[in-house]
Amino acid sequence: MLILAAGAIALGAGWVSGAAAIAVLVIMFTSVVSIVWTAFVGGLETRRALAPYGLLKPGIIWLSLFFLAPLWSMLEMSLSTKKSRFDFFPSFSWHWGNYATALTDFGPQFGRSFFYAATATVLTLLIGYPLAYVIAFRGGKFKSVLLGLVAVPFFTSYLIRTLAWQNLLADEGPIVGIINKLGVERVFEFLHIMDNGRLMNTPAAVIGGLTYNFLPFMILPIFVSLEKIDVRLVDAAMDLYSTATGAFRKVVLPMSLPGVFAGSLLVFIPAAGDFVNAQFLGSPQTTMIGNSIQDQFLRQLNYPVATAMSFVLMAVITVSVLVYAKFMGTEELM
Amino acid sequence: MDANDPVVKLDHVRKQYGSFVAVHEADFAIGRGEFFAMLGPSGCGKTTTLKMIAGFEQPTDGRVLLEGADVSQVPPHKRNVNTVFQQYALFPHMSVFDNVAFGPRAKKISEAETTKRVNEMLDVVRLGEFASRRPAQLSGGQQQRVALARALVNYPSALLLDEPLAALDLKLREAMQIELKRIQREVGITFVFVTHDQGEALTMSDRIAVMSEGRVEQVGAPQDIYMRPQTLFVAGFIGSANLLPGTVASVDGGVIRIDLVGGAQVAVSSSQCADSVDLAVGARVTVMVRPEHAILGNGSEGLAVSVTDTVFQGSSMRIVGRLSNNTEVVALAPIDPSAPTPVPGSQCSITWHATSPYVLGGWPETAGSTTTNVDSIEAAL
Repeated sequence: MLILAAGAIALGAGWVSGAAAIAVLVIMFTSVVSIVWTAFVGGLETRRALAPYGLLKPGIIWLSLFFLAPLWSMLEMSLSTKKSRFDFFPSFSWHWGNYATALTDFGPQFGRSFFYAATATVLTLLIGYPLAYVIAFRGGKFKSVLLGLVAVPFFTSYLIRTLAWQNLLADEGPIVGIINKLGVERVFEFLHIMDNGRLMNTPAAVIGGLTYNFLPFMILPIFVSLEKIDVRLVDAAMDLYSTATGAFRKVVLPMSLPGVFAGSLLVFIPAAGDFVNAQFLGSPQTTMIGNSIQDQFLRQLNYPVATAMSFVLMAVITVSVLVYAKFMGTEELM
Repeated sequence: MDANDPVVKLDHVRKQYGSFVAVHEADFAIGRGEFFAMLGPSGCGKTTTLKMIAGFEQPTDGRVLLEGADVSQVPPHKRNVNTVFQQYALFPHMSVFDNVAFGPRAKKISEAETTKRVNEMLDVVRLGEFASRRPAQLSGGQQQRVALARALVNYPSALLLDEPLAALDLKLREAMQIELKRIQREVGITFVFVTHDQGEALTMSDRIAVMSEGRVEQVGAPQDIYMRPQTLFVAGFIGSANLLPGTVASVDGGVIRIDLVGGAQVAVSSSQCADSVDLAVGARVTVMVRPEHAILGNGSEGLAVSVTDTVFQGSSMRIVGRLSNNTEVVALAPIDPSAPTPVPGSQCSITWHATSPYVLGGWPETAGSTTTNVDSIEAAL
């Protein structure tokens, strides 16, 4: 199995070519044949022992070809040098300078991505938890309808939904109109939601877009973990001298933390790498790292720096998720 | 407050959901240190009554008194009673120790005192070495004892148990019945216990309230309820009985003669009657004969029975037969190798000692044995 995976990575990453590639294919083929052969000769016991690996095979091959192999080639690219502006095939040269460039030139973008994604995660949690709570415990016979409504926005494309927000937040749009009518611009300016009388192209608009677009990913896992809670546990807590608030704090909240944890990851990770909201709702002052990576890849065609930035983003997200998991107490959750 | 005052008192309590009356008029008191059972088929209102004592439901009418104070409108967390829930409702995210410590901590008792109390109570239920386990790592019986400890650690005025043994299998249930009695003696707290299992109620309780369709039919000691049922429902629900309808033929001093439907006449002493039976000549009454009181014979005395079935039960033989008017009766005969066992199809007679039969008012819905009518038993459970 490992041979197959290694072979798939090798072919995908383009380490080998020509005759060597044929040799790798032959090795992979013989290992497949030998596994099948042992399975049939070895009888029931052996086949039973091999069954789990057989079931893993589609996943392992898929991930090897379309995740590990590209990852490897990206890692290679991130350490390559671009000899001139028009060199489209940079060569590998242990060029760590790409990472230095990624960190020094795009520090603000990294900072913003992290801050926007974290704020959006907190906001989705604040909006999503009560919503999931009401659906799970007070939904009654409308539970599945309400849950369906949470997923309804997915029927419209992500881009269309974000573009719709452009209209809603526009200077001549309904929301700015209402704020002006009520004469509360000062409050919004004070809260840094409005900037010079505008809602569009502000950090608040980008964070708002992220919050809106990723809200269902927070609601659904929290709903699942809340729904599993037996309401009699709340009765038991109240019977043991807890107030309703106490019962929530000591029983419902701790038992729903796995959902909060899963929801936070599902919101934070894609939000940190998102570029759509910053592109359509933001301004040059609100670009996120996703926009910069896209720019380096597709416009500057500077693959080494773009891949180095991608790796830095991955590392930052991985570290922050690990810190978060530690903080939440993974043992309790998994 | 006097030590003999009741701990829990239901004062004409009534509970109504819309037009459905769940509890009609519960009016009884539970004494200090008593093991009290509320017994009845499902839907009889026993759990609703328990919930009103716990505070999860408020009575529509009447009052619930706890240690003499009216608590009808007091929320559960302010009542000094604790509940052992049907499926235990242990907190799955906490250790056994934290589960038991939940009540004292919520009451803001110092951590040192809490630890002392919890360890004490875990010893009482013999779970000392399981303190750090999670509920999911325990067996059903152990979870049950954690639930007990979690409630008892608060030294409640009364402990409420909602079908606590229903989730256990038969052997464990029998062992837990003894264990519950032991724990109750040890802590001396009033136990109020809801069950649909009459065997459980009879073996464990000091007193039983038998309920049916929202009404309390009878409150009394197990022997009283079994020997002197006051209503046909109690007679049929507790133990098994042969209910033979008849009419009063004559009342002569202390002896009442009753013509049974189907022909035979029975004489009963007036001390063997339920309290409020109408004994006017011609009144409809029912004669109850317990299967274990029926004596099999071959003579011409007593009721003639054609045997339809015999069931070997180890310590005794259960004989099912029909009277001449097709009423089904059941007798329990001791196993006697020297005496011939009646076979299905044979004829025999049933007699009883003069002190055995017992008279109740009214006629039953179905005459005869209460243990052979599947429909009525299913309806009751």
